[in-house]
Amino acid sequence: MVGIVIVSHSSKVADGIKDIAQQMAKDVNIIAAGGTADGEIGTDAFKIQEAILKANTGNGVLIMVDLGSAVLSAETALEFLDEELRQNVCIADAPIVEGTIVGAVQASTGAMLKDVLKTAIGACTLRKI
Amino acid sequence: MSKHVAAIIAIGQAIITNKEYLTELDREIGDADHGINMAKGFEAVIHKLSGLDEDKDVGFVLKTVAMTLISSVGGAAGPLYGTAILRAAVPAAGKFELDAMTVQAMWEAAITGIKERGKASRGEKTMLDALEPALEAFSVGIRDGKRLLDCLNLASMAAQNGVEYTKTIVATKGRASYLGERSLGHQDPGATSSFIMIKALLDFFRSQGSV
Repeated sequence: MVGIVIVSHSSKVADGIKDIAQQMAKDVNIIAAGGTADGEIGTDAFKIQEAILKANTGNGVLIMVDLGSAVLSAETALEFLDEELRQNVCIADAPIVEGTIVGAVQASTGAMLKDVLKTAIGACTLRKI
Repeated sequence: MSKHVAAIIAIGQAIITNKEYLTELDREIGDADHGINMAKGFEAVIHKLSGLDEDKDVGFVLKTVAMTLISSVGGAAGPLYGTAILRAAVPAAGKFELDAMTVQAMWEAAITGIKERGKASRGEKTMLDALEPALEAFSVGIRDGKRLLDCLNLASMAAQNGVEYTKTIVATKGRASYLGERSLGHQDPGATSSFIMIKALLDFFRSQGSV
């Protein structure tokens, strides 16, 4: 199964999104990587790198990001991965809550990374009302 | 302590001294954490460098600085300055003294790193608005055969002008871009921290009496 890493400035936000997504996709390997190493608001490329390694079970990893430095730190984390794994990790340009949930559900079906990514990006156009 | 480590510590101290100032600038148009984050990062850098063996070359020291900033800054400045310094470390690998051409190559590599990481270019109210004109001024100095210290002085003045210039433009990158027109009139915290670092490097070498 494709693993998912959630990168938010807040560890509470990342943990909370993981909880919601896990409720619908309990078997998917979802790792929250929110906040900085010292528990402050922010993002940490090394924490993200570690989360990617944990989330990967051989089928690649989708990274969900909130904004700003979350994207920069996730991209920096990609630079620290070995080439083979890097080819199997992508960052979704998608809303972090909705994208994670629909992505996780898609991942739980055993879908490939490119399809999980596509589903997560699809959350951009999800109508609520 | 080697001279290059002492130079970086001087830069770090300048950032720590300006912690409140940078945070205040970021409060106006951002998330009020630039000074706090940068000071936290450089406190970690100073701590890390003070435990480093004497015999490390500039490239190794810069790599250590970059990794420490990436892991401790928290905001966008961490991956941006971290990537910049990581790239600057490449031309400096194995070197203990830097000539003007090497410094120029390091500076170019750093700017390329920031542009790639931030997908930014000059004129978007970012650190590039200080760093790029500074490099240009530095390069003109080298071309004209000036001493390294004089080139650095030209760079510092250009960076300061760059900071002033950021007051006149609207932010299109980073948190400040959410403010749109309201970012006008405010100077960019990232450009300011870049200027502070260049100025600190200049002051350090001036205090050493030579470059």
